Amino acid sequence: MLEAGKDMLETEKCVVKAITGDQAAAEAMRQINPDVVAAYPITPQTEIVMTYSQFVANGLVDTEFIPVESEHSAMSACVGAAAAGARTMTATSANGLALMWEIVYIAASTRLPIVMPLVNRALSAPINIHCDHSDSMGARDSGWIQMYCENAQEVYESIIMAVRIAEHPDVLLPVMVCQDGFITSHAVEGVRIFEDRIVKDFIGSYKALFPLLDVEKPVTYGPLDLQDYYFEHKRQQSEAIKNAIRVIPEIAAEFEKISNKNYGFIEEYQMEDAEIAILALNSTCGTTKAVVDKLRGNGVKAGLLKLRFFRPFPAEKIISSLSKMKAVAILDRSESFSNCGGPVFNEVRSAFYESENTPLITNYIYGLGGRDINTFQIESVYNNLLEIVKQNKVKNLVNYLGVRG
Amino acid sequence: MANLKQLSQIPERLSGGHRLCAGCGASIALRQVLLGAGNSPVVIGSATGCLEVATTIYPYTAWKVPFIHNAFENSAATISGVETAYRALKKKGKIDKEIKFLAVGGDGGTYDIGLQSLSGVLERGHRMVYVCYDNEAYMNTGIQRSGATPRGASTTTAPAGEVRPGKMEFRKDLTAICAAHHIPYVAQANISYWNDLVTKAQKAFAAEGPAFLNILAPCPRGWRFPGEDTIEIGKLAVETGFWPLYEIENGALKVTYKPRNRKPVVDWLKAQGRYKHLFKPGNEAIIEAIQENVNKIWEKLEKGILI
Repeated sequence: MLEAGKDMLETEKCVVKAITGDQAAAEAMRQINPDVVAAYPITPQTEIVMTYSQFVANGLVDTEFIPVESEHSAMSACVGAAAAGARTMTATSANGLALMWEIVYIAASTRLPIVMPLVNRALSAPINIHCDHSDSMGARDSGWIQMYCENAQEVYESIIMAVRIAEHPDVLLPVMVCQDGFITSHAVEGVRIFEDRIVKDFIGSYKALFPLLDVEKPVTYGPLDLQDYYFEHKRQQSEAIKNAIRVIPEIAAEFEKISNKNYGFIEEYQMEDAEIAILALNSTCGTTKAVVDKLRGNGVKAGLLKLRFFRPFPAEKIISSLSKMKAVAILDRSESFSNCGGPVFNEVRSAFYESENTPLITNYIYGLGGRDINTFQIESVYNNLLEIVKQNKVKNLVNYLGVRG
Repeated sequence: MANLKQLSQIPERLSGGHRLCAGCGASIALRQVLLGAGNSPVVIGSATGCLEVATTIYPYTAWKVPFIHNAFENSAATISGVETAYRALKKKGKIDKEIKFLAVGGDGGTYDIGLQSLSGVLERGHRMVYVCYDNEAYMNTGIQRSGATPRGASTTTAPAGEVRPGKMEFRKDLTAICAAHHIPYVAQANISYWNDLVTKAQKAFAAEGPAFLNILAPCPRGWRFPGEDTIEIGKLAVETGFWPLYEIENGALKVTYKPRNRKPVVDWLKAQGRYKHLFKPGNEAIIEAIQENVNKIWEKLEKGILI
């Protein structure tokens, strides 16, 4: 993060704009200026599509925009456009992601570097337009890279980085950039926006490897792949996501040169001498930081581990950060209905299975359907961690925070 | 009108050796459609279905032109993405060639599961041709009923049985649905009338916007007739009036082939095993209803009315 007394290297070329998380996403897209955007509006992503459509209408971008009739067609058209050789983007939320589900997998397996801002929203039923992570967590095994953003600034910067990660020849995977519906998507923040030229230079131009539009070298996309080859192709996909573990820090280092920000897989907040910690994603990290500050004032050695990437899953980074803790609470903003806790909890806990230093780990499922999470609740989690340390025992593996009954 | 000598000069885009059944109408339909593209480069997208699985079994492909299969219900949306990418890259000077775009689906991928995707494409006005090779059921998965399956036909999900005589409902009129999008060119064709079909394909590829071709593609396996009879069966569909050949060019409806003396629809039904049960005593009314339906369609067509 930004160090005190040290501003952005390109600071004089940045402007601070008062915009929402959705507008920050649209602003990043404007500067990326993709060849094709195919999207369908859905709350709370709508403002991204509306803002971008206005950019198109005002001639601020060269993009050909496809106002498709559904999210299924949005991702289908994106697959076609990306296979054709175009830099391609879309955006969605919740039920929209669910409707495009089939093609979400196809985009990843076809190794098409599509970038998709995802504004996290609860999946139906009951229908609900507010934030939780059931949409993106459901897509965790689809083969997409997943970035999670605390605020509008991170949304803006992550989308710019996502283009480079997706298009890296050793990766070639689609990336979804997640932010919390309404909490960040509709809240106005001051967002530092690069000069257009800086983004343009950072992302560079895109040249697809095997474009459909190269009629001189015809290729077939999407053939029937049976018992004799399918497995090898899936194995290659595993290698690609493994490569992302190496490539992401390289691109983060390049991004640091223009932003002076070091975006890793994780962000540690007051973790150096911490004894108890919370691991969380997206906007809840901001709330948790405030609680950490308060507890630190009281002499409690509390810390926060913010997970910025859930795919690829940065197991080593998480272990090295959390193994020094006495007790850790994993905050999940989705329920997996496994009766064994949320998805983030399960993966973190599993990562520790063979670790020599494993902290006591507990899980909190919170904030479903946009239920507010406040500092008192987060403080209660830290208090519970202190109790766990005291008793050297996790009484309840899975807890529900801020729910009746 | 297409000229056979000129057509013979056009390179073959779908090579032999693919694994479609002998006598399959789908590959004949596609080869005739591609003749209509002349010598222009073509990018093809196909829905999941017989044509796709039989022509692209990894690591082989029968396509000598760029080809993409995405999923079952989205060949229209997929090719709309390709066509849009083409416009975007052309605008930026990254491509200078003139390229044609073709999306293909069977009746399952077009009449039913892919109808929304197709409708979206037609409404948005992409410059591309959509071809439905209509073999009147989900043949790839084993002859299940579709919205294109005609009344009375026996399929594996609407089989003829003791109390049900096959499919109870008439087919939906997809060609009319597409025409209702008021696109530049819509036509119904049949593989047994190559000149009519290739001419329609030429018009479709030349259209300044979306074009839709609904092509009856007989299926020996699903319709239960010997593979060597495909062309004859196709002719019967037209000569009995069951499958009229017409086009709607910029809003103007024109019957492109009118059988001189329409044969009774029984001739068409009798030639196929899928209608066998209709000739058992007690099913006479169904045959009558099918004939009546054909008569009604032609009464309208002769007045220049589609629906």
